[in-house]
Amino acid sequence: MTSSPAPLAAQMSDVNKWYNDYHALRSINLEVARGERIVVCGPSGSGKSTMIRCINQLEKHDSGTIAVNGVTLTGDLKQLNTIRQDVGMVFQHFNLFPHLSVLENCVIAPMSVRNVPRKQAEEMAMHYLSRIHIAEQAHKFPSQLSGGQQQRVAIARSLCMQPNLMLFDEPTSALDPEMVHEVLETMVSLARDGMTMLVVTHEMGFARKVADRVIFMDHGEICETAPPEEFFKSPQNERARVFLSQLIH
Amino acid sequence: MELINTFFNWDVMVRAFPILLRGLGNTVLLGCVTIVIGTIAGLLLCLVRLYAVRPIQLLAILYIDVFRALPILVLLILVYYALPFVGIRLDSFTSATMALSMVLAAFTAEVCRAGIQNVPKGQFEAAASLGMPFWKSMRKIILPQAIRVIIPPLTSNSISVFKDTALASVVAMPDLLKQANDAQAMMANPTPLIGAALIYLAILWPLVRLVGYLEARNQRAVAR
Ligand SMILES: Nc1ncnc2c1ncn2[C@@H]1O[C@H](COP(=O)(O)OP(=O)(O)OP(=O)(O)O)[C@@H](O)[C@H]1O
Ligand SMILES: [Mg+2]
Repeated sequence: MTSSPAPLAAQMSDVNKWYNDYHALRSINLEVARGERIVVCGPSGSGKSTMIRCINQLEKHDSGTIAVNGVTLTGDLKQLNTIRQDVGMVFQHFNLFPHLSVLENCVIAPMSVRNVPRKQAEEMAMHYLSRIHIAEQAHKFPSQLSGGQQQRVAIARSLCMQPNLMLFDEPTSALDPEMVHEVLETMVSLARDGMTMLVVTHEMGFARKVADRVIFMDHGEICETAPPEEFFKSPQNERARVFLSQLIH
Repeated sequence: MELINTFFNWDVMVRAFPILLRGLGNTVLLGCVTIVIGTIAGLLLCLVRLYAVRPIQLLAILYIDVFRALPILVLLILVYYALPFVGIRLDSFTSATMALSMVLAAFTAEVCRAGIQNVPKGQFEAAASLGMPFWKSMRKIILPQAIRVIIPPLTSNSISVFKDTALASVVAMPDLLKQANDAQAMMANPTPLIGAALIYLAILWPLVRLVGYLEARNQRAVAR
């Protein structure tokens, strides 16, 4: 992991976002400290995806400021690509490149964006692939792997860029139940290594285990921020209470 | 017997063959140059159509619409007979290449657009989230996936434009059809025309089969 001098991995101040006239993010203020693990939860449509996608600008925000690793986003494309190199993202539907082998999925960005020589990129890829127990399948194509394996490859692909912040958007919610565990395990081990993580998930077991803070969102707002024990035991916000009571533990 | 002597006269065919070959050379050259230029221009046009700033996008849409609507023969005659009035005098080969590639580019642009839009949004997002710049993600991620969908209609359009090279005979380019026609006049026998038709068939029939094969292969890939 490249060490970044900025103490804040990400900072959103008074961020607003509209989809046409739908107010999707309402005055979001969020600071992600270096090394911090944050879990974001909330009902469907509450703006969780939109919020974390603003951090790497897969969605553009309309007002407020966002800084990543101490750099304030200006909308400049070159700056954005540089920033994105240090921010990994894991998607609900994996989004592996289907025309490339597992190994190629992992080396393509380091080679073409960071100009890492192939040999070195492959060594790094194999390192991460063996950590997720997929090294022997490095030459298969994504479609030949199970969902859980694909998602772990997607995590490895992100790690190969040596990011210092990882965003996860419901990484286990498209998986068959028996595969959720293996992906969460990979994420836990990543957290143990000190990775800064912002995770949208409804896996409350994961939140209890690794989160420093849980953020509850509703209607485009951050309604509550609390350490997991506190959040699960006695949520202050009424809507959070309703939300938690509806979750199956 | 009379029929064979008229349409399949061996002596005439032997005498006409070198003439036809010269025409065939021109036809193949025109066809290939047009396909290369039209395809590359079409891809660029498609990227402009999809990703340029709005006013330039609109120009691309206008171009694509106009050149898909305009009959190639009309365009060819405009280029060859009308442009000289404004001082632009192009030889018949250049005129034909220009007219045919301009039209092929418009059709190619639409085919490429469909192919690119067929690639799931998540692929663009994954590439972007890794910090890949636009052109790099196009080249390494998007186009390689789009190409499978693009190839069959692209081949099909190339076949059409190859057939349309015969229109170049109208602007006095000595292509296969024109040579065959001249030979027919000279020898007072239609056999050279039959020969030309057979040559077109021999070149294009396998390509038509190829398109069928590629389409079937894609169907199977989708079904899987
Ligand atoms: N591209 C878009 N165009 C218009 N509206 C959108 C778009 N993307 C999201 N929205 C709307 O913005 C709101 C927030 O969406 P978002 O995807 O951030 O919610 P979420 O909390 O991630 O929900 P989920 O748990 O279902 O993933 C929703 O009401 C959604 O309908
Ligand atoms: Mg979401």
